[in-house]
Amino acid sequence: MTTQTLTERPARSTLFDGLTRYVPIGATVALLIALYLGGVANYPNFDSPQVVAKLFIDNAPLLVIAVGMTFVILSGGIDLSVGSVMAFSTMACAWLTVDAGIPAPAALVMVLAFGTLWGLAIGAVIHYFNVQPFIATLVGLFLFRGLTLQINSEDVSMREIEFWQWGMTHVDFGEIRDGGFWLPYLSFVAFAVVIVAFVTLHYTRFGRGVYAVGGSESSALLMGLPVARTKIGVYAVSGFCAALAGVLAAFATKSANPLANVGAELDAIAAVVIGGTLLTGGAGFVLGTVAGVMVWGMLNTLIAFQGNLSSWWARIVMGILLLAFILLQRVLARSGEKRRT
Amino acid sequence: MNYAKRLMWPLIILLALIVVNIVATGVDFIVPSVNEDGRLGGAFVNILRRSAPLLLIALGMTLVIATKGIDLSVGAVYAIGAAIACQTIIDAPDQTAAGLVFSAVAIALVVTAVIGAWNGVMVAYFGIQPIVATLILMIAGRGIAQLVTGGQIPKVQDSSPFTELGRGAFLAVPIPIWIAALVLTALALLTRRTALGMLLESVGGNPEASRLAGIRSKGITVLVYLVCALCAGLAGLIGAANLGSADANNGGLWIELDAILAVVIGGTALLGGRFFLLGTAIGVVIIGTLEDTIINVGLSSQWQFTAKAIVVFVVALLQSPEFRAWILKPIKRRPAAPAPAPAEEVQAK
Repeated sequence: MTTQTLTERPARSTLFDGLTRYVPIGATVALLIALYLGGVANYPNFDSPQVVAKLFIDNAPLLVIAVGMTFVILSGGIDLSVGSVMAFSTMACAWLTVDAGIPAPAALVMVLAFGTLWGLAIGAVIHYFNVQPFIATLVGLFLFRGLTLQINSEDVSMREIEFWQWGMTHVDFGEIRDGGFWLPYLSFVAFAVVIVAFVTLHYTRFGRGVYAVGGSESSALLMGLPVARTKIGVYAVSGFCAALAGVLAAFATKSANPLANVGAELDAIAAVVIGGTLLTGGAGFVLGTVAGVMVWGMLNTLIAFQGNLSSWWARIVMGILLLAFILLQRVLARSGEKRRT
Repeated sequence: MNYAKRLMWPLIILLALIVVNIVATGVDFIVPSVNEDGRLGGAFVNILRRSAPLLLIALGMTLVIATKGIDLSVGAVYAIGAAIACQTIIDAPDQTAAGLVFSAVAIALVVTAVIGAWNGVMVAYFGIQPIVATLILMIAGRGIAQLVTGGQIPKVQDSSPFTELGRGAFLAVPIPIWIAALVLTALALLTRRTALGMLLESVGGNPEASRLAGIRSKGITVLVYLVCALCAGLAGLIGAANLGSADANNGGLWIELDAILAVVIGGTALLGGRFFLLGTAIGVVIIGTLEDTIINVGLSSQWQFTAKAIVVFVVALLQSPEFRAWILKPIKRRPAAPAPAPAEEVQAK
């Protein structure tokens, strides 16, 4: 059984091998350092550690969905529903705790379980009914935006409930005046997600399966790998991450907006690609995704420091970077082919 | 014969939606009325008029999908086309000059064609997957549109002839419907009365084999992306003319998803190699009618997304051979039931 997807790998392209596979991630890290040094050289106070810490405060939810997206893209799929699932989860948190009066920890568990179940269900549809990931997850994009609007078409505040104060509680690392910085708990949640994802992808059978299925699904099947479990699993991971990102957003803003995170799936996909993961699957690193999210955050920070530039420049630059990285991957893949033949 | 069979399901869905609307609001829904100014009006004509931009984009998308590609950038191109036209017009001293409107439209269309050619070159010559190549402009495109408008929403005077493109009528029929019908006819004739359609399907089926068979598959790929972006730009012009303004952030938001949905409903598989322009047109009208149906049966407009989700889900499952096999399994297993599968095979031969 062969599965054709929109992101199907061309038959001739090969996995990056040897040291070549570290070139894209190296380029991302170099870019990140260049952006940072450029900021330090041009703007006062840019060298404060809090500038870097702020990247992990503002972008903690994006980081979490991008990690989930990395699993899906590594397996050769795509998940368009994460932005809507994230907004739905934030709204569900507000609805369950404010309107229904359910204790917040229980609500949190329910939301996370729901996100995971949704991922399992859509993964099963993709695998067993051979529906293209693009179309199947498009269902989620529409469905959860619609459900979110149906729960409430306006902002809901969660300030009254004490539990939601937890996420922004500070952990101080020295005084800011003396070169210290602080991070809220929710950043540590994002770090934990990254560490768990890293260990899962590189040191577990499931993780190796994700790479194998993304490299070639039919080969993985012939090798006796659990393709079904892996393919469904990655969407469950992505669903869980999207729900968790929604919860983090609830912590960060203590309110739920039905139109929040429109286009978050695109930011996540862009961060994953800039982080060096091949959109056709099979090659990439979750730590690259972290670097990709940091590039996105750094661009926004630079624009904020510049002051007179509009935020749309971040998107244009992101598009240009995306182009550069895709062309880089192309060149590397081509040179890989030449070496083999 | 096969063609009619393919169109049957979308047509049944459309008819069912129309019947629901007629039951909910009366026969007035489908019968066009003549307004005081001699133009055609009525609920269904309005649906067609509002669906014109989506139809244009979905037609372009059908051709792209026929070559096994996809164009995610059409929403952004829509915004760019609208932004360029509106900004050109409001920058001029006299917004009512016909020459100005023509040049604004021409500039917008040329720029969108260049964008389309760029997408096509990325796919055909750089060998980048279509979903990735067009993702770049999907992300950066609205930023470019913002750049054109300087972050403002340019508003064209109501007296400018530009607004006729969206609000005017010719021989009592609204101009957007004319444009959409003309493009549909032109593309249908071009692809079905010349060899172009077959070449498209051939490239979608196997670009390398097509090239070896002497088809310029790269040129054809660039051409379909160019046509698709041109359609998106034209759609943006109609949308902007209808509103009298160009919103770079929200103009044509998610229209690429609606267009892909319309193409899929119309029976064109995303795997390439086959396309049905008429099916796409029916798909677009289904989406347009669905939006009205939700209001007419008394649901809030927030149901729109949910209803669309259900449609995508049902269509995706119906088109999946695995799902059909799974759902038919209990029926086929029964020994008493006639075995339909072999009979069909004989007919096909």
